[in-house]
Amino acid sequence: MSSLILSVQDLGKRFGSLVAARDITVSVPAQQIVGVIGANGAGKTTFINMITGHVRPTKGTIHFEACDITGLPSRQIKGMGISRSFQVAQIFPSLTVFENMCAAAAIGRAPKTFIGHVRTPMRSRESVTEAETLLELFRIAPYRDSLAGTLPQGIRKLLDIGMALAGSPRLLLLDEPTSGISIEEKFDLMQVVMSALLSRKITVLFVEHDMDIIEGFAERVLAFYDGTVIADGTPATTLADPRVQTLISGPKVRLAAGAGAHV
Amino acid sequence: MARRDRIAAGSAFVAAAAAAFVLPDWMISLATIALANGLVVLGLIVMWRAGLVSFGQALYYCMGGYAVALLGRWAGVTDAFLLVLVGGLSAAVVSFLVGFLLARYREIFFAMLSLALSMILYGLLVKTESLGSTDGLNVIVPTFLGYAPHREKLLVALYLLVVVVCAAAALLTHAYFRSLAGALAIPVRDNEIRVEFLGMSVSRLIHTKLVISGMLAGIGGALAALAVGHVDPNMSYWTTSGEFVFITILAGAGSVGAAFVGSLAFESVRSFAFAMLPQLWQMLLGSVLLLTILFLPQGLGSLIKRLHWGRGAKAP
Amino acid sequence: MSVLSAFAVLIDGLVYAAYLFIVAIGLTLIFGVMKILNVAHGSFFTFGAYGAASAVGIYFNRGLPDAGGYLLMVLFAMALGLVLGLILERGIMRWVYGRDEVVMVLVTYAAFLILEDVVILVWGPGSYATYQPLLAAGNIEIGELVVSNYDLGLIAAAAVLAAIYYWALKFTRYGRLLTAVIFDRETAAAFGINVRVVYTVTFVIGAMLGALGGAIMAPKIAVTLGIGVEVIVLAFAVVAIGGMGSIEGALAGALIVGICRAATVHLVPQVELFVIYAVMALVLMIRPYGLFVRAQPRKI
Repeated sequence: MSSLILSVQDLGKRFGSLVAARDITVSVPAQQIVGVIGANGAGKTTFINMITGHVRPTKGTIHFEACDITGLPSRQIKGMGISRSFQVAQIFPSLTVFENMCAAAAIGRAPKTFIGHVRTPMRSRESVTEAETLLELFRIAPYRDSLAGTLPQGIRKLLDIGMALAGSPRLLLLDEPTSGISIEEKFDLMQVVMSALLSRKITVLFVEHDMDIIEGFAERVLAFYDGTVIADGTPATTLADPRVQTLISGPKVRLAAGAGAHV
Repeated sequence: MARRDRIAAGSAFVAAAAAAFVLPDWMISLATIALANGLVVLGLIVMWRAGLVSFGQALYYCMGGYAVALLGRWAGVTDAFLLVLVGGLSAAVVSFLVGFLLARYREIFFAMLSLALSMILYGLLVKTESLGSTDGLNVIVPTFLGYAPHREKLLVALYLLVVVVCAAAALLTHAYFRSLAGALAIPVRDNEIRVEFLGMSVSRLIHTKLVISGMLAGIGGALAALAVGHVDPNMSYWTTSGEFVFITILAGAGSVGAAFVGSLAFESVRSFAFAMLPQLWQMLLGSVLLLTILFLPQGLGSLIKRLHWGRGAKAP
Repeated sequence: MSVLSAFAVLIDGLVYAAYLFIVAIGLTLIFGVMKILNVAHGSFFTFGAYGAASAVGIYFNRGLPDAGGYLLMVLFAMALGLVLGLILERGIMRWVYGRDEVVMVLVTYAAFLILEDVVILVWGPGSYATYQPLLAAGNIEIGELVVSNYDLGLIAAAAVLAAIYYWALKFTRYGRLLTAVIFDRETAAAFGINVRVVYTVTFVIGAMLGALGGAIMAPKIAVTLGIGVEVIVLAFAVVAIGGMGSIEGALAGALIVGICRAATVHLVPQVELFVIYAVMALVLMIRPYGLFVRAQPRKI
């Protein structure tokens, strides 16, 4: 029985009179791959922001590897092993792909003190090695010397996610990893991402709007609506749940075999 | 530092020092001021790499100068090294305190707030009789660890002091640029939110850069005060800050040496323009700036386009 | 403080505020629409002042009706502003649109430096006294206080300008176009608004307003080299306090600074010079984007 890496109890967030999230109770075992679905405004992003420390919950607790991280600042949470990627890839456009990855790696292993920052070189051997490894892992090594600002969208997203992996986090939150990617390329992108993540034995929570991707890659699905979780189970059961179908995904359409099927 | 760079830097230093004994007095004077101002420009480059432009470096420049003047006048201190040290430290303390506020601002608002702060000092100085008001204060003749030169020897001694200080500053700054804190300037400029999410405190990084550039400007001001022999509130006026920014544009933010080369070039052009066309030197300067911006983006290019960090360094 | 001196502070403050508003309004317009912090605004002011000096010199000693003199002064200055604005915008600015914000500021700074010497070329290095319009207006007595009619006229002029501005922005077609461009340039262009033309017109209007400021102030100051330098920072301070691009902000900023400065001149003269920058720093600390402008959060 794998231990719980993330345990969220009665989590809630109000912004004034607006309730963005309420009564969220979820426990995630280590190395589970969890898909998060829900319409915009349903609370998914607030949920992620609370876990990463960018929004302070107004109710409830969050435990990461048995430590209470509720309300801790985001930098501290990052240091404890939680990382995230972004819906719009957040990279450094004027640097090369390699330099981007080096920066992420160097920050990940930065010493805590000011003196440490000034004495550590930017391109230490360990940072460079980690950067090279990550480039290989995400299959973007061919783009190594291209400026990040000139990358095609798919490679940008891979870089963005790869950077989040610097510093070996144990929990990774992916915010719409395939957004902005054309339908033909989504699956391949997720394949690359998932094989990279699985090889690192990381626990993953990923937000997605594409139900095929959810079915293809998630072991478990959390369905958000109106600030709370309305369904929690395997992709099959969750996507078959009538409330989920009504409020989020729409009725499941059975396609003729071979027509657009990704197998 | 790569071998080639080391040789270049070493030669430049030796040449600069040797020049003291070869060049005519007026050139040595000009070079002394130019190099002292180069320190301020160096500080601007430190911040510019992180995407910040300060229109208020005159604040620290002026502080450094007045610290020297007051220390000489009120405490009778004449040792140049001590004076410059105190000038730099006082500016560093102020920039540290001011940094808590300033580090929260970016772009045009950072520029405006820094400008406002320098103008506050200007206003204070102009209205304070005991600090010389608009006339300013004279600066005592410096001594150098006991050695008390006069006239030409004083000129040379000051020049050599400035060369040594600039060399030290250049080396330290270069090392800083290659360190994690220094090299992260470009990621911060590109996308500071990502830097923050990756786990690095951006405001701490920027605060550090503010202190470094403040201290450099203070040292520059202290040296300039010693060289000119006089300080006045104009050292804190916005046009002074504007000039430093101007030089930084000409120089380009690409390297440490650029600060000093740019400053020497600017000072030479200005002196030349002033001598040849005393009614039109501003026009000349303005045209040079305009032409540089329009046609020589190299000066600008390196701060707006990509900057290779670790000059000449390759991946191992 | 007696009622009389309080009243004196009020009048002084309003006069100074009027001056600041007229000067700042052109600057904030250009920044709001084009996102350029125009250092050359000081040049517009300078040209307006010198132009007014020339006009006054030509007109006032010929025994012609005074009203004509005021008109000539204003029109001549605004014509100078028009020409200067056009030359600057079409000749320099349009080559650097789209560049970094700070680069634009430096371009205007370069233009300012060049224009400073153009002033010397045209009018020489001496100073001009343009006191005739001020004297011709006379004074009125309010209780024991003697107030110059010219100063009162200044206040009225600023109020009228503010009103025209407000009306033009809200109720004319062009004003609404301008507001659209201020709000979101890309979307405005997508709707078919010719942003290029808007830019040129805006810049020229800003230049004319700057020159108008110089003309109106010329009788009150010594028209000499370097007046532009001080005006720039003052205008910046007012615009920064009020919020870049906001007319209400320019009005509020001008009033705040004007009254504060008048008060300090009467009460604590030692801090007169730096009080405006202290207010600016204070406002920026509390409201980094100025009093009337909200921060735009970044979406990721």
